[in-house]
Amino acid sequence: MQFDSLAEFVAMGGHGLYVWMAYGATLAVLLGSTIALRVARRKQMLELRWAADQQDASTTTETQGTSGA
Amino acid sequence: MTLKELWHKLGSPRWFYHMSTPWVTGFGIAAALLLCTGIVWGLGFAPQDYQQGNSVRIMYVHVPAAMVAQSVYIGMGVAGFVLFVWRMKLADVAIAACLPFGMMLTALALFSGGVWGRPTWGTWWDWDGRTVSTLVMLFLYIGIYALREAIPDVELRGRASALVAVVGTINIPIIKYSVEWWHTLHQPASFTLTAKPTMPPEMYLPLLVMVLGIYCFAGHNILSRMRLEIVRRERGTQWVRELVLPARAAG
Repeated sequence: MQFDSLAEFVAMGGHGLYVWMAYGATLAVLLGSTIALRVARRKQMLELRWAADQQDASTTTETQGTSGA
Repeated sequence: MTLKELWHKLGSPRWFYHMSTPWVTGFGIAAALLLCTGIVWGLGFAPQDYQQGNSVRIMYVHVPAAMVAQSVYIGMGVAGFVLFVWRMKLADVAIAACLPFGMMLTALALFSGGVWGRPTWGTWWDWDGRTVSTLVMLFLYIGIYALREAIPDVELRGRASALVAVVGTINIPIIKYSVEWWHTLHQPASFTLTAKPTMPPEMYLPLLVMVLGIYCFAGHNILSRMRLEIVRRERGTQWVRELVLPARAAG
Protein backbone atom coordinates (compact mmCIF):
# COMPACT_ATOMS: atom_id res chain seq x y z
CA MET A 1 0.00 0.00 0.00
CA GLN A 2 1.35 3.41 -1.00
CA PHE A 3 -0.62 5.36 1.61
CA ASP A 4 -0.33 5.45 5.40
CA SER A 5 -3.82 6.71 6.17
CA LEU A 6 -7.25 7.04 4.60
CA ALA A 7 -6.86 10.84 4.57
CA GLU A 8 -3.65 10.49 2.55
CA PHE A 9 -5.38 8.09 0.17
CA VAL A 10 -8.23 10.55 -0.40
CA ALA A 11 -5.87 13.51 -0.82
CA MET A 12 -3.67 11.69 -3.38
CA GLY A 13 -0.81 14.07 -2.61
CA GLY A 14 -2.87 17.09 -3.65
CA HIS A 15 -4.11 15.46 -6.87
CA GLY A 16 -7.20 13.95 -5.24
CA LEU A 17 -9.69 16.02 -7.22
CA TYR A 18 -8.28 14.89 -10.58
CA VAL A 19 -7.70 11.25 -9.67
CA TRP A 20 -11.17 10.84 -8.16
CA MET A 21 -12.87 12.60 -11.07
CA ALA A 22 -11.20 10.22 -13.54
CA TYR A 23 -12.00 7.08 -11.53
CA GLY A 24 -15.52 8.33 -10.76
CA ALA A 25 -16.23 8.87 -14.46
CA THR A 26 -14.85 5.41 -15.25
CA LEU A 27 -17.06 3.76 -12.66
CA ALA A 28 -20.04 5.74 -13.93
CA VAL A 29 -19.44 4.49 -17.48
CA LEU A 30 -18.91 0.86 -16.42
CA LEU A 31 -21.83 0.69 -13.98
CA GLY A 32 -24.10 2.82 -16.17
CA SER A 33 -23.65 0.62 -19.24
CA THR A 34 -24.11 -2.57 -17.19
CA ILE A 35 -27.31 -1.29 -15.56
CA ALA A 36 -28.65 -0.04 -18.91
CA LEU A 37 -28.10 -3.50 -20.39
CA ARG A 38 -29.82 -5.26 -17.48
CA VAL A 39 -32.84 -2.96 -17.68
CA ALA A 40 -33.13 -3.45 -21.45
CA ARG A 41 -32.79 -7.22 -21.10
CA ARG A 42 -35.44 -7.41 -18.37
CA LYS A 43 -37.83 -5.21 -20.34
CA GLN A 44 -37.34 -7.37 -23.44
CA MET A 45 -37.99 -10.61 -21.52
CA LEU A 46 -41.20 -9.16 -20.02
CA GLU A 47 -42.38 -8.12 -23.48
CA LEU A 48 -41.62 -11.57 -24.91
CA ARG A 49 -43.48 -13.27 -22.08
CA TRP A 50 -46.42 -10.92 -22.52
CA ALA A 51 -46.51 -11.62 -26.27
CA ALA A 52 -46.34 -15.38 -25.62
CA ASP A 53 -49.19 -15.16 -23.09
CA GLN A 54 -51.29 -13.15 -25.55
CA GLN A 55 -50.70 -15.77 -28.20
CA ASP A 56 -51.59 -18.61 -25.84
CA ALA A 57 -54.82 -16.82 -24.92
CA SER A 58 -55.81 -16.37 -28.56
CA THR A 59 -54.92 -19.99 -29.41
CA THR A 60 -57.09 -21.24 -26.53
CA THR A 61 -60.05 -19.17 -27.73
CA GLU A 62 -59.65 -20.48 -31.27
CA THR A 63 -59.56 -24.11 -30.11
CA GLN A 64 -62.67 -23.61 -28.00
CA GLY A 65 -64.41 -22.03 -30.96
CA THR A 66 -63.62 -25.01 -33.22
CA SER A 67 -64.63 -27.63 -30.68
CA GLY A 68 -67.91 -25.78 -30.07
CA ALA A 69 -68.78 -25.89 -33.80
CA MET B 1 -15.39 -26.17 -37.99
CA THR B 2 -13.62 -24.62 -40.95
CA LEU B 3 -13.51 -20.89 -41.49
CA LYS B 4 -15.86 -21.21 -44.42
CA GLU B 5 -18.45 -23.02 -42.33
CA LEU B 6 -18.12 -20.39 -39.60
CA TRP B 7 -18.68 -17.68 -42.20
CA HIS B 8 -21.91 -19.32 -43.33
CA LYS B 9 -23.10 -19.88 -39.79
CA LEU B 10 -22.59 -16.19 -39.00
CA GLY B 11 -25.49 -15.62 -41.37
CA SER B 12 -27.79 -17.21 -38.80
CA PRO B 13 -28.73 -14.92 -35.91
CA ARG B 14 -30.06 -17.89 -34.00
CA TRP B 15 -26.75 -19.74 -34.23
CA PHE B 16 -24.89 -16.59 -33.13
CA TYR B 17 -27.22 -16.11 -30.16
CA HIS B 18 -26.63 -19.59 -28.80
CA MET B 19 -22.92 -19.64 -29.63
CA SER B 20 -22.33 -16.33 -27.82
CA THR B 21 -23.98 -17.35 -24.51
CA PRO B 22 -20.83 -18.77 -22.83
CA TRP B 23 -18.72 -15.91 -24.22
CA VAL B 24 -20.95 -13.27 -22.61
CA THR B 25 -20.67 -15.01 -19.24
CA GLY B 26 -16.92 -15.57 -19.60
CA PHE B 27 -16.16 -11.98 -20.62
CA GLY B 28 -18.39 -10.71 -17.81
CA ILE B 29 -16.63 -12.72 -15.10
CA ALA B 30 -13.17 -11.94 -16.48
CA ALA B 31 -13.98 -8.23 -16.71
CA ALA B 32 -15.26 -8.10 -13.11
CA LEU B 33 -12.17 -9.85 -11.74
CA LEU B 34 -9.66 -7.90 -13.83
CA LEU B 35 -11.23 -4.49 -13.27
CA CYS B 36 -11.64 -4.92 -9.50
CA THR B 37 -8.00 -6.05 -9.26
CA GLY B 38 -6.74 -3.33 -11.58
CA ILE B 39 -8.59 -0.46 -9.90
CA VAL B 40 -7.43 -1.42 -6.39
CA TRP B 41 -3.89 -1.97 -7.70
CA GLY B 42 -3.78 1.27 -9.66
CA LEU B 43 -5.31 3.42 -6.93
CA GLY B 44 -3.60 2.02 -3.86
CA PHE B 45 -0.56 -0.09 -4.65
CA ALA B 46 1.09 1.12 -7.85
CA PRO B 47 3.90 3.60 -7.15
CA GLN B 48 3.74 7.35 -7.61
CA ASP B 49 5.49 8.89 -10.56
CA TYR B 50 8.60 10.80 -9.53
CA GLN B 51 7.46 13.82 -11.55
CA GLN B 52 3.68 13.52 -11.68
CA GLY B 53 3.04 12.20 -8.17
CA ASN B 54 -0.32 10.50 -7.70
CA SER B 55 -1.96 11.97 -10.79
CA VAL B 56 -0.18 9.21 -12.74
CA ARG B 57 -2.88 6.86 -11.39
CA ILE B 58 -5.23 8.37 -13.97
CA MET B 59 -3.18 6.46 -16.56
CA TYR B 60 -4.77 3.18 -15.42
CA VAL B 61 -8.18 4.33 -16.64
CA HIS B 62 -7.19 6.76 -19.39
CA VAL B 63 -4.94 4.49 -21.46
CA PRO B 64 -7.33 1.47 -21.48
CA ALA B 65 -10.32 3.70 -22.33
CA ALA B 66 -8.48 5.28 -25.26
CA MET B 67 -7.06 1.96 -26.53
CA VAL B 68 -10.32 0.05 -26.39
CA ALA B 69 -12.33 2.96 -27.83
CA GLN B 70 -10.11 2.74 -30.92
CA SER B 71 -10.35 -1.06 -31.06
CA VAL B 72 -14.14 -0.89 -30.88
CA TYR B 73 -14.06 1.62 -33.73
CA ILE B 74 -11.89 -0.73 -35.79
CA GLY B 75 -14.35 -3.54 -35.04
CA MET B 76 -17.18 -1.33 -36.21
CA GLY B 77 -15.25 -0.50 -39.37
CA VAL B 78 -14.72 -4.20 -40.11
CA ALA B 79 -18.44 -4.84 -39.52
CA GLY B 80 -19.20 -1.95 -41.85
CA PHE B 81 -16.99 -3.47 -44.56
CA VAL B 82 -18.64 -6.88 -44.16
CA LEU B 83 -22.09 -5.31 -44.33
CA PHE B 84 -21.16 -3.27 -47.37
CA VAL B 85 -19.62 -6.12 -49.34
CA TRP B 86 -21.61 -9.20 -48.26
CA ARG B 87 -24.75 -7.58 -46.80
CA MET B 88 -24.53 -9.79 -43.74
CA LYS B 89 -27.35 -8.89 -41.34
CA LEU B 90 -25.26 -9.73 -38.29
CA ALA B 91 -22.79 -7.00 -39.31
CA ASP B 92 -25.55 -4.40 -39.09
CA VAL B 93 -26.37 -5.70 -35.61
CA ALA B 94 -22.68 -5.40 -34.70
CA ILE B 95 -22.44 -1.77 -35.85
CA ALA B 96 -25.46 -0.86 -33.74
CA ALA B 97 -24.02 -2.70 -30.73
CA CYS B 98 -20.56 -1.07 -30.96
CA LEU B 99 -21.91 2.49 -31.00
CA PRO B 100 -23.10 3.15 -27.42
CA PHE B 101 -20.10 1.70 -25.60
CA GLY B 102 -17.56 3.02 -28.11
CA MET B 103 -19.03 6.48 -27.73
CA MET B 104 -18.94 6.34 -23.92
CA LEU B 105 -15.34 5.06 -23.91
CA THR B 106 -14.16 7.80 -26.27
CA ALA B 107 -15.85 10.41 -24.08
CA LEU B 108 -14.19 8.81 -21.05
CA ALA B 109 -10.77 8.89 -22.73
CA LEU B 110 -11.18 12.59 -23.49
CA PHE B 111 -12.50 13.40 -20.01
CA SER B 112 -9.86 11.43 -18.12
CA GLY B 113 -7.23 12.96 -20.43
CA GLY B 114 -8.47 16.41 -19.47
CA VAL B 115 -8.35 15.78 -15.73
CA TRP B 116 -4.89 14.25 -16.16
CA GLY B 117 -3.72 17.16 -18.31
CA ARG B 118 -4.84 19.80 -15.82
CA PRO B 119 -2.28 18.93 -13.07
CA THR B 120 0.34 17.61 -15.54
CA TRP B 121 0.35 20.09 -18.43
CA GLY B 122 -1.54 22.90 -16.71
CA THR B 123 -4.51 22.76 -19.08
CA TRP B 124 -7.73 20.76 -19.45
CA TRP B 125 -7.65 20.90 -23.22
CA ASP B 126 -5.29 21.72 -26.02
CA TRP B 127 -5.69 21.61 -29.79
CA ASP B 128 -3.09 18.90 -30.00
CA GLY B 129 -2.92 16.21 -32.71
CA ARG B 130 -4.02 13.35 -30.53
CA THR B 131 -6.74 15.16 -28.59
CA VAL B 132 -8.26 16.54 -31.79
CA SER B 133 -8.17 13.21 -33.66
CA THR B 134 -9.77 11.52 -30.63
CA LEU B 135 -12.44 14.23 -30.62
CA VAL B 136 -13.01 13.44 -34.32
CA MET B 137 -13.54 9.79 -33.32
CA LEU B 138 -16.16 10.89 -30.78
CA PHE B 139 -17.93 12.89 -33.49
CA LEU B 140 -17.80 9.86 -35.81
CA TYR B 141 -19.46 7.69 -33.16
CA ILE B 142 -22.10 10.37 -32.49
CA GLY B 143 -22.58 10.98 -36.24
CA ILE B 144 -23.13 7.31 -37.08
CA TYR B 145 -25.50 6.98 -34.13
CA ALA B 146 -27.50 10.02 -35.27
CA LEU B 147 -27.49 8.76 -38.87
CA ARG B 148 -28.97 5.43 -37.78
CA GLU B 149 -31.62 7.19 -35.72
CA ALA B 150 -32.55 9.40 -38.67
CA ILE B 151 -33.00 6.72 -41.39
CA PRO B 152 -36.09 4.55 -40.94
CA ASP B 153 -35.33 2.15 -43.81
CA VAL B 154 -33.31 -0.80 -42.46
CA GLU B 155 -31.35 -1.47 -45.65
CA LEU B 156 -30.41 2.16 -46.27
CA ARG B 157 -29.63 2.76 -42.60
CA GLY B 158 -27.22 -0.17 -42.57
CA ARG B 159 -25.44 0.82 -45.77
CA ALA B 160 -25.15 4.51 -44.86
CA SER B 161 -23.77 3.79 -41.38
CA ALA B 162 -21.42 1.12 -42.79
CA LEU B 163 -20.04 3.60 -45.31
CA VAL B 164 -19.32 6.26 -42.68
CA ALA B 165 -17.83 3.65 -40.33
CA VAL B 166 -15.46 2.37 -43.03
CA VAL B 167 -14.40 5.84 -44.23
CA GLY B 168 -13.90 6.93 -40.61
CA THR B 169 -11.30 4.21 -39.98
CA ILE B 170 -8.84 6.58 -41.76
CA ASN B 171 -8.89 8.46 -38.46
CA ILE B 172 -7.47 5.50 -36.51
CA PRO B 173 -3.90 5.64 -37.93
CA ILE B 174 -4.11 9.43 -37.55
CA ILE B 175 -4.78 8.98 -33.81
CA LYS B 176 -2.00 6.41 -33.59
CA TYR B 177 0.70 8.40 -35.36
CA SER B 178 -0.49 11.85 -34.22
CA VAL B 179 2.09 11.84 -31.41
CA GLU B 180 4.87 11.20 -33.93
CA TRP B 181 3.67 13.53 -36.70
CA TRP B 182 2.97 16.55 -34.50
CA HIS B 183 5.26 17.06 -31.55
CA THR B 184 2.83 19.06 -29.49
CA LEU B 185 1.52 18.31 -26.04
CA HIS B 186 0.49 14.64 -25.86
CA GLN B 187 3.34 12.29 -24.99
CA PRO B 188 4.16 9.31 -27.25
CA ALA B 189 2.65 5.90 -26.58
CA SER B 190 3.39 4.80 -23.03
CA PHE B 191 2.11 1.30 -23.54
CA THR B 192 1.73 -1.24 -26.31
CA LEU B 193 0.82 -4.91 -26.16
CA THR B 194 3.60 -5.81 -28.60
CA ALA B 195 6.76 -3.94 -27.57
CA LYS B 196 8.93 -4.24 -24.48
CA PRO B 197 7.52 -1.99 -21.74
CA THR B 198 9.36 1.27 -21.05
CA MET B 199 7.91 1.63 -17.56
CA PRO B 200 8.70 -0.48 -14.49
CA PRO B 201 6.63 -3.66 -13.92
CA GLU B 202 4.95 -2.10 -10.83
CA MET B 203 3.25 0.27 -13.26
CA TYR B 204 3.12 -1.87 -16.38
CA LEU B 205 1.34 -4.83 -14.75
CA PRO B 206 -1.66 -2.97 -13.27
CA LEU B 207 -1.99 -1.14 -16.60
CA LEU B 208 -1.99 -4.46 -18.46
CA VAL B 209 -4.67 -5.80 -16.08
CA MET B 210 -6.83 -2.73 -16.69
CA VAL B 211 -6.40 -2.90 -20.48
CA LEU B 212 -7.41 -6.57 -20.52
CA GLY B 213 -10.29 -5.81 -18.12
CA ILE B 214 -11.69 -3.07 -20.35
CA TYR B 215 -11.31 -5.32 -23.41
CA CYS B 216 -13.30 -8.08 -21.65
CA PHE B 217 -15.87 -5.53 -20.50
CA ALA B 218 -16.24 -4.32 -24.10
CA GLY B 219 -16.62 -7.93 -25.26
CA HIS B 220 -19.34 -8.53 -22.69
CA ASN B 221 -21.13 -5.26 -23.40
CA ILE B 222 -21.07 -5.47 -27.20
CA LEU B 223 -22.05 -9.16 -27.37
CA SER B 224 -24.92 -8.51 -24.94
CA ARG B 225 -26.16 -5.59 -27.05
CA MET B 226 -25.95 -7.74 -30.19
CA ARG B 227 -28.02 -10.43 -28.48
CA LEU B 228 -30.67 -7.90 -27.42
CA GLU B 229 -30.89 -6.61 -30.98
CA ILE B 230 -31.05 -10.13 -32.47
CA VAL B 231 -33.92 -11.08 -30.17
CA ARG B 232 -35.71 -7.81 -30.98
CA ARG B 233 -35.43 -8.47 -34.72
CA GLU B 234 -36.38 -12.15 -34.47
CA ARG B 235 -39.14 -11.81 -31.89
CA GLY B 236 -41.78 -13.41 -34.08
CA THR B 237 -39.82 -16.63 -34.60
CA GLN B 238 -40.22 -19.97 -32.88
CA TRP B 239 -36.72 -20.07 -31.39
CA VAL B 240 -37.17 -16.69 -29.67
CA ARG B 241 -40.51 -17.88 -28.27
CA GLU B 242 -38.69 -20.89 -26.89
CA LEU B 243 -36.28 -18.58 -25.07
CA VAL B 244 -39.02 -17.43 -22.68
CA LEU B 245 -40.42 -20.93 -22.08
CA PRO B 246 -38.33 -21.72 -18.96
CA ALA B 247 -39.17 -18.34 -17.41
CA ARG B 248 -42.89 -18.91 -18.02
CA ALA B 249 -42.81 -22.42 -16.65
CA ALA B 250 -41.11 -21.09 -13.51
CA GLY B 251 -43.47 -18.11 -13.07
